[in-house]
Amino acid sequence: MRKSEQRARAEGRASVVPRATVETAIAVEHLSLGVVDGGLILDDVGFRLRPGRILALVGESGSGKTTAALACMNHLRSGLELRGGTVELQEGASRFHRKAVDLLTLSEKQMRQLRGGTIAYVPQDPALSLNGSLRVGEQIAEVLRAHEFGRNARERDARVAEVLSEVGLPSDSAYRRRFPHQLSGGQQQRIGIAMAFACRPAVIILDEPTTGLDVATQDLVLKTIYQLTTKHDVAGLYITHDLAVVAQVANDVAVMLHGRIVEDGPAEQMLRHPQHAYTRSLLSAVPDMQGARDMGGGPAVSPLASVRAPWDDGRSAATHFTADNTTPCADTSDPGSAPSEQDAAAGEAPAPTARAVTRERGAGGVVVPGQEHEPVVRLRDLRMAYGQAVILDGINLELEAGQTTMLLGESGSGKTTLSRSVAGLNDDYTGDVLLDGEVLAPSTRRRSNEQRRRIQYVFQSPFSSLNPRRSIGDSLQVPLQLGGGMNRGQRRAAVADALDAVRLGRSYIDRRPGELSGGERQRAAVARALVNAPSVLVCDEITSALDVSVQASVIELLRELQHERGLAMLFVTHNIALARHISHKLAVLERGKLVDYGPTDTVLRNPRHAYTRSLLEHVPTLEEVG
Amino acid sequence: MSAQDRTSHPPRQTRGTSAASDVVVAEDALAAGDGAGGGLGAATGSGDAGTAPDFDHSESRGDARPASFARRVLSQPVAKLGFVLTGIVLVLAVLGPFVVPAWTGHTPNSFAGKPFQGGVFGTDNLGRDVLSRFLAGGWRLLLYSALATVLGVGLGAVLGMLAAFRGGWLDALIMRCGDVLLAIPQLVFALLAVTVLGPQGWVLVLVIGVTHAPRVARVIRAATAGVVAEDYVLASQMYAVPQWKILTRDVVPNIMGPLMVEVGLRLTYSIGAVASLSFLGLGMQPPTPDWGLMINENRIALSLQPWGVILPVLAIAVLTVGTNLIADAVAGASAGRVASTGPRRSRRRAAEQAASNGAESPAGGTGSAGGTGRADGAGRSSSADAAGAADVGDTGEKRS
Amino acid sequence: MILKRLGVSVFVLLAVSLLVFVFTLLLPGDPAQAILGQQATPERLAALREQLQLNDPWYVRYLTWLGGLFVGNLGTSAATGGSVNALLASKVSASLVLMVIAAVIAIPVGLLLGTWSAMRQGRASDQALTGLSLVLAALPEFVIGVVLTTLLSTTVFRLLPSVTMAAPGTHVWDRPLQLVLPSLTLILVVVPYMIRMTRTTMIDVLDSGYVEMARLKGLPERQVVFKHALPHAVGPVAQVVAMQLAWLAGGIVVVEFLFRYPGLGQAMVDAVNTRDVQVVQALSMIIAAFYVVVNLIADVIGILANPKLRTESHS
Repeated sequence: MRKSEQRARAEGRASVVPRATVETAIAVEHLSLGVVDGGLILDDVGFRLRPGRILALVGESGSGKTTAALACMNHLRSGLELRGGTVELQEGASRFHRKAVDLLTLSEKQMRQLRGGTIAYVPQDPALSLNGSLRVGEQIAEVLRAHEFGRNARERDARVAEVLSEVGLPSDSAYRRRFPHQLSGGQQQRIGIAMAFACRPAVIILDEPTTGLDVATQDLVLKTIYQLTTKHDVAGLYITHDLAVVAQVANDVAVMLHGRIVEDGPAEQMLRHPQHAYTRSLLSAVPDMQGARDMGGGPAVSPLASVRAPWDDGRSAATHFTADNTTPCADTSDPGSAPSEQDAAAGEAPAPTARAVTRERGAGGVVVPGQEHEPVVRLRDLRMAYGQAVILDGINLELEAGQTTMLLGESGSGKTTLSRSVAGLNDDYTGDVLLDGEVLAPSTRRRSNEQRRRIQYVFQSPFSSLNPRRSIGDSLQVPLQLGGGMNRGQRRAAVADALDAVRLGRSYIDRRPGELSGGERQRAAVARALVNAPSVLVCDEITSALDVSVQASVIELLRELQHERGLAMLFVTHNIALARHISHKLAVLERGKLVDYGPTDTVLRNPRHAYTRSLLEHVPTLEEVG
Repeated sequence: MSAQDRTSHPPRQTRGTSAASDVVVAEDALAAGDGAGGGLGAATGSGDAGTAPDFDHSESRGDARPASFARRVLSQPVAKLGFVLTGIVLVLAVLGPFVVPAWTGHTPNSFAGKPFQGGVFGTDNLGRDVLSRFLAGGWRLLLYSALATVLGVGLGAVLGMLAAFRGGWLDALIMRCGDVLLAIPQLVFALLAVTVLGPQGWVLVLVIGVTHAPRVARVIRAATAGVVAEDYVLASQMYAVPQWKILTRDVVPNIMGPLMVEVGLRLTYSIGAVASLSFLGLGMQPPTPDWGLMINENRIALSLQPWGVILPVLAIAVLTVGTNLIADAVAGASAGRVASTGPRRSRRRAAEQAASNGAESPAGGTGSAGGTGRADGAGRSSSADAAGAADVGDTGEKRS
Repeated sequence: MILKRLGVSVFVLLAVSLLVFVFTLLLPGDPAQAILGQQATPERLAALREQLQLNDPWYVRYLTWLGGLFVGNLGTSAATGGSVNALLASKVSASLVLMVIAAVIAIPVGLLLGTWSAMRQGRASDQALTGLSLVLAALPEFVIGVVLTTLLSTTVFRLLPSVTMAAPGTHVWDRPLQLVLPSLTLILVVVPYMIRMTRTTMIDVLDSGYVEMARLKGLPERQVVFKHALPHAVGPVAQVVAMQLAWLAGGIVVVEFLFRYPGLGQAMVDAVNTRDVQVVQALSMIIAAFYVVVNLIADVIGILANPKLRTESHS
């Protein structure tokens, strides 16, 4: 979303005068829900949904936010039971109920009249929630019929066309006769939104509706949601874990933790002046495009100077400045060579402007002549195709010791294939992968033990990368066994050291993966990659399955490890917001082609390719709240 | 393409699993802040998608050892009943031959009186003592069924694992051959073999085992494919672990659930098949005392002297019901149906899927594979199997 | 896509025919000797060998036999010397009657009970039905048949005939009462599987995101089940039905033998007893063909019921 547009919209938001006569559409009070014969899922939850405003319910996985949202529709998934509280639909919100009514006391039949008509729901994953055997037009029309919207079929037909164009989709009958599988993910989600808005509901509940969409589509969907709710004075409840999205759509924010709302208030206040420690920790874990804030245990690797986080105004420039010196700024340089020059330069820098210059030089230092050295890994004209489909198209890339290269791309861009080619898990490519100038065999089995040792790969999902039947210790010593030369005791000692290094502690050595949380498992997976002291670490989307706070801690870990060991790192991700926080160089991959490549700051400042520009333009960030 | 497809999915798939797990870490972050709030603590994290919370998580972080698979099977009443029923018949069939002449006073083939006379259980069509024949007539059925099961499950498991692990032409060849075998009903195939080779013990074992194999192979292939798609297998490949070690360490332990279900089911069907063949007069041959054959010999006098039929019918019924109950309980345990405190939708679904895979009819699996309709179905069941297999691991750890 | 499925089916049938034929090569001894007995003169043996083409190489015999199958000539019975066609002609209709009765009753009962069970998932009635079907599914056919006979025919109640009588020239269905026990046995064998697998399918569908969404759209429950849930169950349920129908084709062997029902199954057992390979071969092929066709139909239904597959098959 463009800045100007964003600002205009924010202003518009402030000046909206609710047209509806009621101030609150739904008031949830003291809502408690639990597992049948089990503990609480929701504990004394309360919030209000107001016409024309969107309340974002923010929480990490397991916080109970979806359960709370569905409770607003008096819909409890199986195995859950109500423990107490009210969900009051205020008077005037629905034609069925003149007076305020507690939805939780309504019968199934009475509730049915309200669901989809007065209170509408937009699901998380349209691929699962749209009915694959019904045409999309019919799926919208049937809501209208069920709620007797319009006087006759023709009026309803017209409404289907209208709502389709409202969400920005074609409204012709050919389009309406399509099946969900004939639409893209973004179109499917907009059908879901059209379905929800079809009956002009008073309340709309959106359950992470942009999960799984690429940033440009997400931007479009968010825009649609925002426009429709304000235009029609709909009270919105937006469930999400993504604070950057919150900044884009929400007027109010409520933060959930373990089934409780720990803090709520207007969006601007919540994002700028968070009171509760959990909110603050959540916010600090969100990466920002400018890299101005600390995230992952230190300042960004390639920050854009002179930009501050909006809530960061408590700190003076001086303290920020000192922080720069004390924390590993040396990340930006090769620990092998003397880092003092840059550090000294940064320390002497008297003014923010000068600092910006130095930082830029520091970030771009790798390509400054004189500091250049042979890269550890070099990819030379890597190509791969399945028949007609080109997966990789002439990739040239270099990884240097102590430096992180971010490989940015959306699903299907070939980024995993590329990273696996480096690790030797994909042997169908042409071109060369060179390690210290030596061409590697494509398949890991044909590489030498030493070559295998030096390049290590961390898998995306920590839930899949460790054998559930083996202890952490057993899984982690596999890399050591390949080289031989170590006895059982030595291997165990090495594994214990690696577990210490990833801040898990050696006590985890006899545990099974099932006893560990996702973040812990990912640390164990990183430990497996570190156990035999590699020089190159390939991290394939290793934070994408994790909550933001866990993501931040894993990134902190990676940065520390890189600093300690001078690792060359290839960090694969779809999240451009992480770029300044972790990477020295940025490579943008689109449909198998490197469309932008260079020092992170340079690429982000002057993106050469339209794709990179579109990414930068659409990525939601916290800063947009102002 | 597939590599990317796969990697684009896990975040969403693992959502359910990751629910609550990271609560701990989130709480750490909170504690680092100022330690306030979050009154419910880690133990009450809930499944995000409304699934029941994972209370086991925090409990199992202690030193409590996870309950064994056997204990999870036995925790179900169905399993206990199954073991009792199977045990009764097993004891009868195994100990019966030893007590026969001493206890009943007759050997199985000696004449005890006129045909179809009264008595405790009376005499049979040739005047032999029914009880003696009954006690002596069970062990062959059990032995043949067990051997056929071992052969069928062993062969099927090896072929299924090979097909999934190797893929490519070998996979296609194994599965297509299986399709051809599946097109002939088990019993008809057995009759064909008996016609040509005669009703001998080894023929029965061989033909029943061989006809089990493609059915087992299908299930095991799906389960193995689920495991092979897991990153830990890929990791082992990356570290150039020898293939046989990958199979024994990574694959086999993670498909034990479906494999045990198959053993139970195939045993049930083997008993039925061997007994049916004997009943048709094409299995055990007279004058062997055998339950199936006894039914054949005595059914003409069912109204006159029913014991000669009812005793063996009861024994076979109790035995097959017992083994089937055990198989069902194993399916439940391996798919995590019994393992969670609250009803976990995904797990239960996986369990049902696994059960349905198992409860596949004697006529065999879903027929000739290849088409998309079939591929669709196979994909579904394989993912369910994968879920089941993954759940085996998960719940295995999480039970305390 | 449907054409591709058809191709696969033809391939499977051809492979089955080869497999069935290869079995006969394993037969020890001389078929001509088996037919004519020990007293046959060498001249007659030679003549019969010529007639049975035993002197030709195996692949010539295979192709001749296969060609015969295509034009409906199932070969010559080794036991009677007559045509297999004539031997089986009357039995096909008898077996079909039995199977049609069983299918017509079992399919709706199985599907309805399975769906009902799924919709009452977890309640006592569901658990009782699931438990009962688990027990019934374990029992071999003859056990169910014998128990039914004991209950309804011989020992407890004496209501129904336990064996089938069909004088030459009459049809089995001339006396409908004697069809009850065989078809009831078949039904009881098939229905438990149908219940269990339909239940599983329906639970899966009812648990899906689109059904939850339909409920959250405020649609009436009837519409949720019939319009949103059922179309997704058609494909898998068709597979279940096909599987059970195909099973019936094999299951009739035991049931017909038990009730002395003059159908294909009985003929099969007789043929095995006389080691009449030609007849066993022919019956195996008939049953395999039935299996393949039924599965093909189920596949086509599955493709037609799924818009994704349907639209792909057009393009």
